[in-house]
Amino acid sequence: MGQTIVEKIISHNIGAQSVKPGDIVTVNVDRVMLDDIMIPFIVDKFNEMGFADIWDPDKVVLIYDHLVPASQQDDTRHYKVGDAFVEKYQLKNIHRSDGICHQLMTEAGYVKPGHVVFGTDSHTTTYGCVGAFSTGIGYTEMAAILGTGTLWVKVPETIRVEINGELPDGVMSKDIILRLIGDLGADGATYRALEFCGTTVEHMSVSSRMTMANMAIEAGAKCAMFTPDEKTAQYCEIELNDFQKGLTGDPDAEYVRVLKYRAEDFVPVMACPSQVDKIRNVSELEGTVIDQVFIGSCTNGRLEDLQAAAKVLEGRHVAPFVKLIVTPASRRVYEDAIACGAIRTLVEAGAIVTHPGCGLCCGRTGGILSDGERVVATNNRNFLGRMGTSKVEIYLASPATAAACAIAGTITAAR
Amino acid sequence: MEQFTGRVWVLGDDIDTDIIIPTEYLALKTIEDMKQYGFSPLRPELAGQIREGDIIVAGKNFGCGSSREQAPEVIKALGIKCIFAKSFARIFFRNSINNGLLLIEQPDLYDDIKEGDRISVTLGQEVVYQGRKYPIASLPDNLLEIINAGGLVKAMRKRNGLDERP
Repeated sequence: MGQTIVEKIISHNIGAQSVKPGDIVTVNVDRVMLDDIMIPFIVDKFNEMGFADIWDPDKVVLIYDHLVPASQQDDTRHYKVGDAFVEKYQLKNIHRSDGICHQLMTEAGYVKPGHVVFGTDSHTTTYGCVGAFSTGIGYTEMAAILGTGTLWVKVPETIRVEINGELPDGVMSKDIILRLIGDLGADGATYRALEFCGTTVEHMSVSSRMTMANMAIEAGAKCAMFTPDEKTAQYCEIELNDFQKGLTGDPDAEYVRVLKYRAEDFVPVMACPSQVDKIRNVSELEGTVIDQVFIGSCTNGRLEDLQAAAKVLEGRHVAPFVKLIVTPASRRVYEDAIACGAIRTLVEAGAIVTHPGCGLCCGRTGGILSDGERVVATNNRNFLGRMGTSKVEIYLASPATAAACAIAGTITAAR
Repeated sequence: MEQFTGRVWVLGDDIDTDIIIPTEYLALKTIEDMKQYGFSPLRPELAGQIREGDIIVAGKNFGCGSSREQAPEVIKALGIKCIFAKSFARIFFRNSINNGLLLIEQPDLYDDIKEGDRISVTLGQEVVYQGRKYPIASLPDNLLEIINAGGLVKAMRKRNGLDERP
């Protein structure tokens, strides 16, 4: 009997010939990601549990991103608690102002194909972009992993998503994942893995795959899986071993559902307020007046995203009443975007470029909106009250679409 | 089999973790500080109205969104005894079990229930609402183990030789 990608990773991890959906197994954790919001709670639980040591300090990564730089008085307490924990257990992998956790975990080389990774943030599904099994957990479970190096998981069923062909101009991988979430519904993949394949996916950059893996959780998925290939190897700065090369869905693997798409059929779309699965074609929303545009986040704050926005904004200017906020996902993205000229183009077009980090996506830094205002944003959630009051309307879109909207001051597609 | 009755609050589909406790309050020092803001984007008055032993009945995908464990902790701190929903999001489900907040899937109760009414629950068996019985399943063994230990923290304390019995 063949296996899906996630089944292969789990069976390899526990040294079993095979596993099947529904099996409850204890996995050995390859990496963990702890973020700044959760660190005080993790430390409390870890102490309460009475562990003397961390199972493997080198496998622990602590990243400050949601609260950097501090926007509320109490935020700095989180740095102090985190720094003391780092000192006490001699942790080496800490990032205090380098960017968003999910960007850094793969960019800084912590996650490799075939790894089993857990993080205290729901968008930990992102690392499926390099063929790792990764998912979000709470701080109590994280504390238990820090002490034991293990966690129980239920082997998920897999939904296979096959996409073949060439995407039309102005359509990005964000449009694919939004459409898929719309088709599946916000709970359509709950407890399940999403496995992506097909020529469209093969031709995609690792960054574009990241956008899709990042948003898998918005359909409720436990993880998102992409087969590691040459692009993955180059991105991770490794040579793929036989196990990693073999991380494809077998032809006789059992899938709970198979969805097939033609790339040519995709169009620019948006998730409308205030549900991630309320997907409409941009053409249906054309003309809706907006107040702000946000380009950034672990979903769409990478170099290719800033370049896509810069291409649309080159020689143009943001509408006079619109604030365009651009937040690079990491310090490296920021530097690369300066080097290639994208930042200059964006600034000349009227963008407000902010420090790398979670920024407006979690509603904690500059750009908060109030009742009746509308924002087009490239992040992953448009939940009630996420970027200001509960009467703010958030529309989720690709960077290309977001840039076009910033110029027009209304919802419109990139042309 | 444990039995209890409680007053019901009714919430809809896709109640996300940003509704349960918005990000802006996550850096408050304690769950006690946070709990007054529970459900504030949706129903700002609700946190003040919930009483010890009340029950939430909701639609599908309860707890979707972020991995914040403050969500089940806030709900528990408000005094909610258990949540019935058509379905739960997976991280929220794990977090609730680990903190001893009882979650029960029931497909039909939500369609019939009226806010403010009372229901009687027999764990692992059924809910009774206005004379009608709604069957409920029991939890898988590995989850029952955590709940019986009194939550994951207590299970780990026991593992580390700190508590003889949970």
